[in-house]
Amino acid sequence: MTETRITKTFKSILFYAGTIALCVPPVFVFVWMILTGLKTGVQNIAYPPEFIFVPTLENFRAVFEQYNFFRYLVNSLIIAGFATGISLVVGLPAAYSIAKYRQGKIGLMILVARMTPFVSYLLPWYIIFRYLKLIDTYMALTITHLIITLPMVIWLMVSFFESVPTELEDAAMIDGCSRLQSFLIIVLPLVRNGIATSAIISFIFSWNQFLFSLILSGPKTKTVPVAVYNFISYGKIDWAGIGAAATLIVLPVSVFAFFVRRTIVQGLTMGALKE
Amino acid sequence: MKTAFRALTRFIDRRQAFAYPAPAVVTLFLIVIIPIVFNLYLAFTKWTIGLGQPRFIGLGNFIELLSDERVLNGVKVMIYFSGLSLSLEMVLGLLIAVYFNRQFKGSEVVQAIYILPFAATPVAVALIWRIMLNPEIGVLNYLLQSVGLPGSLWVSSPKTVIPALVMVDVWKWTPMITLIVLAGLKSLPHNPYEAARVDGASALQIFWYITLPLIRPVLIAALMLRSLDNLKEFDMIYTITQGGPGIASETLYLYSYNVGFNFFKAGYGSALMVVVFLIVLVFNVVMNRIRLSAQEL
Repeated sequence: MTETRITKTFKSILFYAGTIALCVPPVFVFVWMILTGLKTGVQNIAYPPEFIFVPTLENFRAVFEQYNFFRYLVNSLIIAGFATGISLVVGLPAAYSIAKYRQGKIGLMILVARMTPFVSYLLPWYIIFRYLKLIDTYMALTITHLIITLPMVIWLMVSFFESVPTELEDAAMIDGCSRLQSFLIIVLPLVRNGIATSAIISFIFSWNQFLFSLILSGPKTKTVPVAVYNFISYGKIDWAGIGAAATLIVLPVSVFAFFVRRTIVQGLTMGALKE
Repeated sequence: MKTAFRALTRFIDRRQAFAYPAPAVVTLFLIVIIPIVFNLYLAFTKWTIGLGQPRFIGLGNFIELLSDERVLNGVKVMIYFSGLSLSLEMVLGLLIAVYFNRQFKGSEVVQAIYILPFAATPVAVALIWRIMLNPEIGVLNYLLQSVGLPGSLWVSSPKTVIPALVMVDVWKWTPMITLIVLAGLKSLPHNPYEAARVDGASALQIFWYITLPLIRPVLIAALMLRSLDNLKEFDMIYTITQGGPGIASETLYLYSYNVGFNFFKAGYGSALMVVVFLIVLVFNVVMNRIRLSAQEL
């Protein structure tokens, strides 16, 4: 079977038409999100919906000035930053040890953490934090976010540590390094891509977390997902505000996801696909 | 001070297998295991948060939930929602992955686009869907009507609410399944394909007799991974319908949340959460069995 050039070109055009068709649904929702943010309140409830209009940045200004959105962005940043930082400090040595000494029992603990419904943690934590008067504190939110990010960082990093050849460490120790030094100076720099990947994935998951923050945050520590959700509970739905706020929340996540696009799927599935 | 530090590093060096995971194990014990045990304990008590002390009632909660109509409704909704969304995501994810499984210019762009739906903040995206699904002025009905199709009530009607939520879930997660399966397809051996082509097998035969059996372990693993979150879907359903209209989209998981945090019945809510955990566990154990037996073949 020899293909002529024309049928080849035709096939390729057909393929790209299909590709575009398959990319429309994922893209459309985000386009609509941005358009909603750029329309006025009146334009947003017009029917038929307007596709071409004069964009306004008024909603973005309102989100910051009326809804105090900057505060919530900072809250989310602080909590996601702490959760990710602690997860790395505590999780990296653990992952290294699991990879090196095949400590399956810790792996099981992580699996249990992953399988348990979040509400099962939330109720006990709510009762404990209520008792300790820690509701609406960064500490309470960081602790609960760790439930998600710590197992995730360990889960991801085990595979990265497994790919480090042991000869390098042995050589470092012959040269007089202690094990701790060889871990810090030799091993960690070798897995820096893995660390970056798991840090970003951990950050994204904490940033996106809704359930824990819904119950445990308050006026002082409200995170962005809860803040944008509250746009619909003020009696009337502020669609333009939701569009603007959603755009602001999704933007950093998208940028991060783009950086780890090669590893994010590998990262999310690693544990599941191996074993 | 210096000697103490040196003693500490020497201890860490000598007992590496113990010292390295110790902080993580202690942390996980405190933040994961203790709440789970507490939750388990509460499941056997009767207690309204803020009123008195938990009172041990044995299996009382579990007996009560057997005759609770909202539990039955929750299980039905869960099966309907998860069954439909998981199967659609697997089938569509596989087909789209097969479609993209070739070298082409722009594959990186497609990959970047396909990450967006599942990486983006669920609440933010769900709110946009809520806007788009509005039956009167939403853009979805407008698009349907502009090509001559009738509009739908989407999440405003108990009849269509689950299919509409499934649509959002499929939109969000099919891309992830696609990317996982695509990675799996790329790592398959070439030999069987060449042999099949020499024997003159059709594209459909190749897919059915070669690709599908080879990719099955990846599919099952992806399904397990997906089911972990799908059976516990909260953000999207809560944001779009809060379980409504009425209780038409109230999954067992959402009901357990309502019992715990709207009715403050900590004991009964905990019992429901234990049931949700058991469902997730059983599903995954069964899937793992299937996966292992598939590998032995």
